[in-house]
Amino acid sequence: MYQYTEFDQSFVRSRAAQFRDQLERWQSGKLSEDDFRPLRLQNGWYVQRHAPMLRVAIPYGELSSRQLRMLARIAREYDEPEAEVYRLASEAQRKLGTVRLPTNYAHFTTRTNVQFNWIPLSKAADVMDLLASVDMHGIQTSGNCIRNISCDERAGVAPDEIADPRPFAEIMRQWTTLHPEFAFLPRKFKIAITGASEDRAATDWHDVGLRLLRNEAGELGFRVTVGGGMGRTPVIGTVLREFLPWQHIMNYIEAVVRVYNQYGRRDNKYKARIKILVKAEGQRYIDGVEEEFRQIVEHDGGPHTIPLAELERVSACFALPSRPSVDAPIDLEAIATSNAVALETPQFERWLQRNVSPHRNQRLRIVTLSFKRLLQAPGDASAEQLDRVADLAERFSAGEARVTHTQNVVLPWVHVNDLLPLWQAAREAGLASANVNLLTDMIACPGGDFCALANARSIPVAEAITERYQDLDELNDIGDIDLHISGCINSCGHHHSGHIGILGVDKDGKEWYQVTLGGSDGSHASGRAQAGKVIGPSFSAAEVPEVIDALLSAYLDIRATVGERRESFVETVRRAGIEPFRTAADRVRTLMEKTA
Amino acid sequence: MNGSTRIRLITLAEHASDASNASRQVVSLANDADPAEQKELIATAARVELHFPNFTDGRAYSQAYLLRRRLGFKGDLRATGDVLVDQLIQMERTGFSSAVLKDGIDPADAQRQLDRFPAFYQGDVIHDAPFVRSDVGSNDE
Repeated sequence: MYQYTEFDQSFVRSRAAQFRDQLERWQSGKLSEDDFRPLRLQNGWYVQRHAPMLRVAIPYGELSSRQLRMLARIAREYDEPEAEVYRLASEAQRKLGTVRLPTNYAHFTTRTNVQFNWIPLSKAADVMDLLASVDMHGIQTSGNCIRNISCDERAGVAPDEIADPRPFAEIMRQWTTLHPEFAFLPRKFKIAITGASEDRAATDWHDVGLRLLRNEAGELGFRVTVGGGMGRTPVIGTVLREFLPWQHIMNYIEAVVRVYNQYGRRDNKYKARIKILVKAEGQRYIDGVEEEFRQIVEHDGGPHTIPLAELERVSACFALPSRPSVDAPIDLEAIATSNAVALETPQFERWLQRNVSPHRNQRLRIVTLSFKRLLQAPGDASAEQLDRVADLAERFSAGEARVTHTQNVVLPWVHVNDLLPLWQAAREAGLASANVNLLTDMIACPGGDFCALANARSIPVAEAITERYQDLDELNDIGDIDLHISGCINSCGHHHSGHIGILGVDKDGKEWYQVTLGGSDGSHASGRAQAGKVIGPSFSAAEVPEVIDALLSAYLDIRATVGERRESFVETVRRAGIEPFRTAADRVRTLMEKTA
Repeated sequence: MNGSTRIRLITLAEHASDASNASRQVVSLANDADPAEQKELIATAARVELHFPNFTDGRAYSQAYLLRRRLGFKGDLRATGDVLVDQLIQMERTGFSSAVLKDGIDPADAQRQLDRFPAFYQGDVIHDAPFVRSDVGSNDE
């Protein structure tokens, strides 16, 4: 992992002190509500439906055990509303049907950050100080600025990797942090980066998507896409460069952002993202960026050209960790025991198949701890669970964990000898659901139980589907599928990119859900990144689980065989189109009307 | 500009008196203007004023960068409009040399914000030295 220097540490402390000062000026009335809002947002502090929400940055998803323990402490000691706040919140949500409103927990997001839902603003500055003590912060996790950079959860360990994206992600983190020119862009700005052939970071859906690759001469560079984004106008990024030499990536991004800062729309919030500028201006925007890039390099002297020595300095932080648990030779006896247990224990066997992936080091494996299980919302982690993850990372993964785009946690450095004891420990912690990439491994935003923007709740829908699909044989028969749920068109639950997408909409003050089919995040299994297609008018909350059931039954009925294997859900949607699915879903509508 | 020059904080009254006493040309750029299109005017100006209609509108930061780095403007570059203390350091770093504070702003609050960070990560208009890490310590634990 990147090791903070004294500079990094004092910088984050200064930022925490600055926030405390701003908070105090706001509390004393020196800073108006309107003037304070953008400042608190750029430190990750929202005011949500019932209480403030803090979003903590997890740069490119990497967390140490020490940081996890601090997140656990914050959840335990601070993620607790005042009694009156909680009473009002519970009352309001009970009217909608929510019975459980957890406190003292953290939530992993699709952009690999962590959110807390209940910390009172009066304790905000103390929490920022605690975060700073473990090299963490909420800098630019909200606001119209360059947000935390997300990355491949398997960066540096994936067998299909061309180059490790983390050193570049770190250099970009530094370059974007409190960039003086780009703190007040027309709208938020998100960068994702991957160095693997498989895109696990949904790069084409980002304002800037970066994919490391090598050209014919073997040189390293980036494929650069600009102007992807979800929201009410889903757009896939446009390729601006098929190959940009790595040294120039900051110069190029500066050009991309400067032209956007000058010409992006500021008159309409919904048309302010860079995707709208790229769509509206097309080649003119691209020409503008290329000209600005040329000026930056030729006239300004390429001030952000990355020297090799700097790349090497940062890269050294990301070397293979040396620890007894990582360096141990393969223990054949441990493997034999593990195999014997797998033969007798279907859950372990399933877990090995679903949650354990190859590593570029043959002795090691990448293990996913699943945060998709009954009684807790997707991506939610209690204080106790955060401590347990810290323990598991410490014992089995060189003290390092990664937050994934799909709201799980990956242990990137697990020795093959340790798979059985890890599974046993993960099971005790309730983090061993063998469901990675299956239906219940869904993405969901916090929705109308917490978020002020939501039109409908997401968590009860996720819960109903999770309850309905608990049989692992059934889930495995359905196979790999991306189910994504957003509580509103802002698309934090990435419904556009789900093979099945569910979008909460508000009709006459009631919760309804629009269903889309065939979306893709751009992974190999899902095909080229694209938005799903709506299958008709929206459904009531009660209908949604039935609709999912109908869609899956339709798939099982019509799926074809591809060579040795059966078509996946999304392959069937691509081949057969959405019509057979629409028909199946419409039958639910009629049926529910009759029984109502 | 040299690194030791700090942005000059001036009151609305001082700004008004500057305006009436201006001996050389003052150019006010709208915040959707491209500075390159007025480079002849800017070349002879004593002062260029860039306007923040709202402090969350960040276009003037890019205009300032372009004025300093692209057009080589050496005169006074002034921030007007919705100028708040928390953005002064950004203004200084993008090349503003003076800023007109809104009425009622405590100059002590303003100064404190300017001195808060000992240094920044990225190069800017004042410090042309990104990625030089000799001054920031090593990555050893």
